[in-house]
Amino acid sequence: MVLQAIAFYVFAFITMASGAMVVTSRNPIYSVLFLILAFFNAAALFLLLGAEFIAMILVIVYVGAVAVLFLFVVMMLDIKITALREGFLKYFPIGALIGAALLAEILFALGVFGSGSTTITALDRAGARVGTMENTRAIGQVLYTQYFYLFQAAGAVLLVAMIGAIVLTLRRRPGVRRQRIGEQLFRPKDQTITVVKVPTRGGVS
Amino acid sequence: MTIGLGHYLFVAAVLFTFGVLGIFLNRKNVIVILMCVELMLLAVNINLVAFSVFQGNVVGQVFAMLVLTVAAAEAAIGLAILVVYFRNRGTIEVEDISAMKG
Repeated sequence: MVLQAIAFYVFAFITMASGAMVVTSRNPIYSVLFLILAFFNAAALFLLLGAEFIAMILVIVYVGAVAVLFLFVVMMLDIKITALREGFLKYFPIGALIGAALLAEILFALGVFGSGSTTITALDRAGARVGTMENTRAIGQVLYTQYFYLFQAAGAVLLVAMIGAIVLTLRRRPGVRRQRIGEQLFRPKDQTITVVKVPTRGGVS
Repeated sequence: MTIGLGHYLFVAAVLFTFGVLGIFLNRKNVIVILMCVELMLLAVNINLVAFSVFQGNVVGQVFAMLVLTVAAAEAAIGLAILVVYFRNRGTIEVEDISAMKG
């Protein structure tokens, strides 16, 4: 139990610290790398909770796809790093004020300052409930039966996102020569072949 | 020394606040703003999974997966828009993006 608590504090601290570094770091590439670190540690927190499937999905989807996409875009666009940091101090007071107010409100709702929410304390006292079957099987049994339409809708969202990204970034440049097979195949015969009457000793002009 | 629901909710609250703070601080770089949105969605996922485990109800984790799907789609579309914008204008500064201002 003590070991689990120590692991929780380590992972939670690294998650929060790398979240702070995402916001404050000077170079966007460092921001992406700290984002990856935050995702990894959040996955470790999910493992501690006993939600293995979501933890693995988080690593695969966020680290494997989303963060790498961010890394591609950051490296593809050439951005001047020095110009990007101007105005950081100008917006810091208002941002810090709003952030502190938001955090204080959320913590007040959680009941850190005294009278807590009764639901949270009751759930806390009950402790983490680990079911009898393993996590992946439990998710699969509701996901493919009760929430099957929702699952299909998620697939549709991904399909629309994929088509949208392709349509947005596809570019037709005017000066590029490219083979257009469809047009080649649909040329009619009278445009392609001409029969020429060649006079004797005249040749084709 | 036992780790309860409140500990996880605290981590999620701090992460969400960092996300909001980042949106306010970075007035120059749209990519960092997109990353902050991802950070906030991660905080929401931590909340969902923590409540799901402590209530003994697996539906919260199903919902967390749907949030993950939407986050991935949002990142793809957002970055595609960003690439097109950079190709047209040559900058991604937030303050320059005011073409639709009346």
